[in-house]
Amino acid sequence: MAVETLSKTKAPSAVPATMDFNWKTAGRIGFIGGILAVLVSVIGMVETFDGRDIIGGVISMGQTVVVALIFATAFMAADRSSKTSPLFHILGGGLSGLISAVMLALFVWVSQLVNLREIFVNVSPSLIAILTFDKELPAELSAAVIQLLLTGLVLGVVAGVLRAAPIKIRNIIFSGMLWVVAIGLLGELIRTLVTGRAIEDQVAWVLGGRLEKGLSVNGAVSIFIFASLLSFISQTFGARIGKEVQTRRAALPATTQRILNGVILLVVFLVLWQLPQYLGLYLSDVANTVGLYILMGLGLNIVVGFAGLLDLGYVAFFAIGAYVMGVATSSAVGDGRGQILFSLNWTFWEALPLAILVALFAGILLGIPVLKMRGDYLAIVTLGFGEIIRIMALSDYLKPNIGGAQGIVGIQPIILAGQNLSNPISLFHVVLIACVIVGFVAWRLRDSRVGRAWKAIREDEDVAAAMGINLVSTKLLAFGAGAAFSGLAGAIFASKLTSIQPGSFSFIVSINILALIIIGGMGSIPGVLVGALALVALPELLREFAEFRLLVYGVVLVMMMLYKPEGLLPEETHKAELHEDENIPAESHA
Amino acid sequence: MAMLEVSNIHTYYGNIHALKGVSIEVNEGEIVTLIGANGAGKTTTLRTICGLLKPREGHVKLNGEDLINYPAHELVYKGIAMVPEGRGVFGKLTVEENLEMGAYSRNDKSTLESDKDRIFTLFLRLKERRKQVAGTLSGGEQQMLATGRAMMARPKLLLMDEPSMGLAPILVDSIFETIKLINKEGTTILLVEQNALMALSIANRGYVLQTGQIVLTDKADVLSKNPTVQKAYLGID
Ligand SMILES: Nc1ncnc2c1ncn2[C@@H]1O[C@H](COP(=O)(O)OP(=O)(O)OP(=O)(O)O)[C@@H](O)[C@H]1O
Ligand SMILES: [Mg+2]
Repeated sequence: MAVETLSKTKAPSAVPATMDFNWKTAGRIGFIGGILAVLVSVIGMVETFDGRDIIGGVISMGQTVVVALIFATAFMAADRSSKTSPLFHILGGGLSGLISAVMLALFVWVSQLVNLREIFVNVSPSLIAILTFDKELPAELSAAVIQLLLTGLVLGVVAGVLRAAPIKIRNIIFSGMLWVVAIGLLGELIRTLVTGRAIEDQVAWVLGGRLEKGLSVNGAVSIFIFASLLSFISQTFGARIGKEVQTRRAALPATTQRILNGVILLVVFLVLWQLPQYLGLYLSDVANTVGLYILMGLGLNIVVGFAGLLDLGYVAFFAIGAYVMGVATSSAVGDGRGQILFSLNWTFWEALPLAILVALFAGILLGIPVLKMRGDYLAIVTLGFGEIIRIMALSDYLKPNIGGAQGIVGIQPIILAGQNLSNPISLFHVVLIACVIVGFVAWRLRDSRVGRAWKAIREDEDVAAAMGINLVSTKLLAFGAGAAFSGLAGAIFASKLTSIQPGSFSFIVSINILALIIIGGMGSIPGVLVGALALVALPELLREFAEFRLLVYGVVLVMMMLYKPEGLLPEETHKAELHEDENIPAESHA
Repeated sequence: MAMLEVSNIHTYYGNIHALKGVSIEVNEGEIVTLIGANGAGKTTTLRTICGLLKPREGHVKLNGEDLINYPAHELVYKGIAMVPEGRGVFGKLTVEENLEMGAYSRNDKSTLESDKDRIFTLFLRLKERRKQVAGTLSGGEQQMLATGRAMMARPKLLLMDEPSMGLAPILVDSIFETIKLINKEGTTILLVEQNALMALSIANRGYVLQTGQIVLTDKADVLSKNPTVQKAYLGID
């Protein structure tokens, strides 16, 4: 363990081992942790999240947020409070945890003295009850405060002990805890998936019965043990096995490799194809929303990720696709007074190519005036374009054609061979196929000549031109391709709902798509999938998040920029660039 | 007829009159150098030749064909490649990808590998680092990469903007050796340099640019003996 701590330190000899306890830092971090804990309480997060149990009857999601904040800051404090001594790590962690708890206790105490609710509406008795372990207040105030402080102290000490422990053990325990929380959070989803199936009883042992909330205690313990074990195995053998698999695979002939990849993809596709049967209506609908975001993400990824053109008005093309589908297939495009002005009455399949083409041309059209713009200027102009399209959709002037604020109703559902495909389950297959096609196109484009040209202009436009790359056509192609994908998503969206309103096409959609690309990894195609799952599926499944969606987005994005700026599943070269400081010494050691 | 004829070009940045009637000729097979102080307009001249800037007056002709109306990206197809000032490699792409980008205009996969190998024999350092991200190369390696990338287009005329900038003397020597080699293998070179001594030592002819105007031109060896040049650019009193 001593070796472990030493190797972590930059200059162990420069600091006297006994005297480096940095209690001020630990205290300050604990203070910040306390403020954060009070903050999430005051904004109502703790109480809202309390409805979902992680472990039934033991700890709720609301309590988990507070505990996690105190724990994480205490861990940080333990890390920063000393460079050498395990004892000081523990002391620092404990101090930080205690101070965080003091802040919470102060908050509870103040809430008993004055009516905070006049300013902070969320400071309700039930919130205080959550923070005071359901004690009878004010009679048991001192007992509650003592328990709170003790809890903080224990949390901090545990964090400190973990910091002092060897990194391997720490990772094992962390991954155990993370899995418990993750499975606890998604318990409801898993329960829905297995309801009425053979394994329902076994799952109930872990997750609690159908009507219960959160994990059962033995479930939590077994998940913890299982995940820790897995983490231990993957840490000990993972690298070796991974390398082995990779070398074996690389040794195969190229055609075998390609067949292998194809088979893997086919299996994944077939599994996904069967998925809606298990998901049921609601979850299939969530999956369809995720799919539409994947389509748009793949499109915006071309514009922003491949070509480096920051487009903040991307929702415009989604709207255009949806409106073209609406106008072309609606049985009644009205003026809002029940009067039918015209109806083309096309089918979905007739309107789809038109929707895609119109979006594509709109993309090119937007591209022309912004050809000479870069970076921030481009972002602002495209943002304006997005708003123009939305406001046009809202306008009275166009109301006779596209319905103004009422939007368009009576849009044709997707019908194929007499079957209505607009129910969530069948639509899933439509969306899946669309995603596969668009994903394939995006992937081929990336590796094509124009894909290389996009890469070059992303890096340096002047040099790219000097290489013989036509900036005009290359950029317009990026805008056009991106817009076409989004138009496709919009067309499916319109047929899915059979009615559209301008409100569905607000600026926030553009931001969501951009955020999912950033989180997944700029320019990375698998990253789009991961980003969409993280930013669209998760908030949808954890409905408590809805209120705090933007806050969580903000926090997640800031954390990403600090700790994993290349995204969750980055493109290889980008990763190398952003972590050059970590890679190079590793290479030179090897 | 000269291969490259720059006649009386006037280039502006907004109201700034950066080039005031510059005329340069480069014959096939030559190394011609353009020397001058900071801000004299050397980079501006090169950028005008390769179409990134449009002159208000004057002409740029390659083998008699006027280039003024071609957009920058088409000049590669006419046989002009450029090694930009400050290298301008694609920092996030690997060495190999940078080289492939240089061959973008040729669009034939068959010769790509052999051309890359040729560059790697010119610059052995690049071969070792073919998978490395260009942004993490040293300054000298980036210069080699920028030169190699320009050569991948198989240009008839290579424009080089201060290839010795920021390099250690030993690297400068080797870069200039390579320039000579590239020239011997048939590429005509217009070389912009601050390092006038080195540039004149490998060039056939030279031009001296001062605040947007050519003030002197002659054979390189004559120019390096010229008292004004010696005083101003060679640091010899
Ligand atoms: N984008 C620009 N906008 C305005 N003025 C510019 C611009 N680029 C260059 N200039 C001006 O044009 C003049 C010539 O610049 P140029 O870059 O051609 O000089 P240079 O001879 O290459 O100098 P150096 O040896 O320092 O590279 C300078 O006065 C410079 O300030
Ligand atoms: Mg210059």
